[in-house]
Amino acid sequence: MEFSPEAMKEVEKLLSRYPIKEAALLPLLHIAQREFGHVSLEAEAYVASLLDLPAPRVHGVSTFYTMYNKKPVGKYHVQVCTNISCSLMGAEHIVKCLEKKLGIKPGQTTADGKFTLSEVECLGSCGTAPVMQINDDYYEDLTEAKIDQILGGLK
Amino acid sequence: MAEIMKVVTRNMDVPDQHTIAVAMQNGAYEQLKKALEMTPDAIIEEVKKSGLRGRGGAGFPAGLKWSFVPKQAPKPKYMCVNADEGEPGTFKDRVIMSKDPHLLVEGILIACYAIGIRDAYIYIRGEFVEPANILQKAIDEAYEKGFIGENILGKDFTCHITVHRGAGAYVCGEETGLIESLEGKRGQPRLKPPFPAVVGAFQGPTVVNNVETLANVPRIFEHGADWFAAIGVEKNSGTRLFGISGHVNKPGVYELPMGTPIRELIELAGGVRGGRKIKAVVPGGSSAPALTPDQLDTQMSFDALGAIGSMGGSGGVIVMDETTNLVCVLTRLLEFYAHESCGQCTPCREGVAWLKKIMQRIRRGQGKIEDIDLMLEVAGNIMGNTLCPLGDAAAMPTRGFLTKFRAEFEAFIKSGANAEGTPMAGEGAVQVSVPAAE
Repeated sequence: MEFSPEAMKEVEKLLSRYPIKEAALLPLLHIAQREFGHVSLEAEAYVASLLDLPAPRVHGVSTFYTMYNKKPVGKYHVQVCTNISCSLMGAEHIVKCLEKKLGIKPGQTTADGKFTLSEVECLGSCGTAPVMQINDDYYEDLTEAKIDQILGGLK
Repeated sequence: MAEIMKVVTRNMDVPDQHTIAVAMQNGAYEQLKKALEMTPDAIIEEVKKSGLRGRGGAGFPAGLKWSFVPKQAPKPKYMCVNADEGEPGTFKDRVIMSKDPHLLVEGILIACYAIGIRDAYIYIRGEFVEPANILQKAIDEAYEKGFIGENILGKDFTCHITVHRGAGAYVCGEETGLIESLEGKRGQPRLKPPFPAVVGAFQGPTVVNNVETLANVPRIFEHGADWFAAIGVEKNSGTRLFGISGHVNKPGVYELPMGTPIRELIELAGGVRGGRKIKAVVPGGSSAPALTPDQLDTQMSFDALGAIGSMGGSGGVIVMDETTNLVCVLTRLLEFYAHESCGQCTPCREGVAWLKKIMQRIRRGQGKIEDIDLMLEVAGNIMGNTLCPLGDAAAMPTRGFLTKFRAEFEAFIKSGANAEGTPMAGEGAVQVSVPAAE
């Protein structure tokens, strides 16, 4: 398990930005997730070796933050905000629509490995509720029709 | 009715304002040039005079915060920009960073020059991938133009700015949680004192400022501290970017003078959807106790909202119409705070988890009338007994809802209704009839 040469260049640049090496831990875990799909124990140990840290120390950090996926997720990680502003605007209905269309419950991945459905906390986009995030992108002012269109556009 | 006053958001509708070319046509970095001709002390004095208060939540005077940093320190000093916008109902900093990133960068540079800081970190919540990319591009452009880097504008001032992405933890919005996280640790807040101004990031004196706070700084130097101080109301100067969400016709970010009555913001946002009545309004992010309909003439300022037992907080206003089931609202809020508790302090870790479990029981239709007093007691045991404000942030809205809307919670418990899995508001939401007050 190793980062690609491009990712290693990023690591080098990152390390130059902090007075202590371990400050680059969160950014490196982001890179690990991008490179390997999720943050496995093996990935944590690899990141630990790059920063001269004990692997359990990295595990303690990676498990504190919700964005690091400890298990593999689908090609598209559909994350629906169900916090107050989104729920006031029908997030619960959005989750039900997605459950029906994808045939899975939050926390599950479709059999073909294409979609993982998650409920998440406030995404900071309350003025355009209900909102979901798929991988890096936000989808706002959601309706059932819009969800059909969005899912249809994902190959 | 209140009028929008575009101070921070002045150029945000300009196409391509996020690029340095367009931003500079609109005056970006002119105030940095001006500031670099001033002494650091004079800059801090000017910001103090403006009365600028922190826009993240606590409302602490920015100039005063800067002045707490020792001039001569054995360790390097740091700036942490709090862009970890995570307080439910808050969505203003995302707008600033996406639409006018150079305004933020300029504010950071002026602050760093005034305090004597060479390294600034923008701690941006991990979910904000697009804003982080826009910001990074803006920083790269500013490096190329010589506004960031070594010997900025030929002066004896060197400053580097790094975008640092978080990874999904609300508690990192608390300044010492943020610092721990920046250092590559779990974002567990520190015991204070020492305050970050003395011992912060990497053991050095550190200033943590919110995005909107810093975005105001160039405007203060453009128009002068007196001009800024004259906007708003006494001791609450300037404008605020109020984010209004929930049951209004035109939700969004509205920049208004501080102290604008909350009712006028709701009117600006097109009023309540379907012409319905208001049941409750959260005035400053989910931690702020909700207001009742008879409190809507309250001015949106730190002090006026504080005086009625709520707070200005992050400026996130959440409007709930009469169809809203407050049992569902409070349960969902407590699920959030219990999930986000970092686990260090027993009152928060255990107390908030119990509040959540009791509310879930009530929502399932298995609550008892005594549960309300039990929750108030638990909330009282959390308040003020934790390292950081997260415990209070859960206890305050709990107390607010249970005392101001007690009749609704009692009626729900008596009805035995089960609201689990039902919509929080609108069609399908569980409604209980609340007996009229005597």
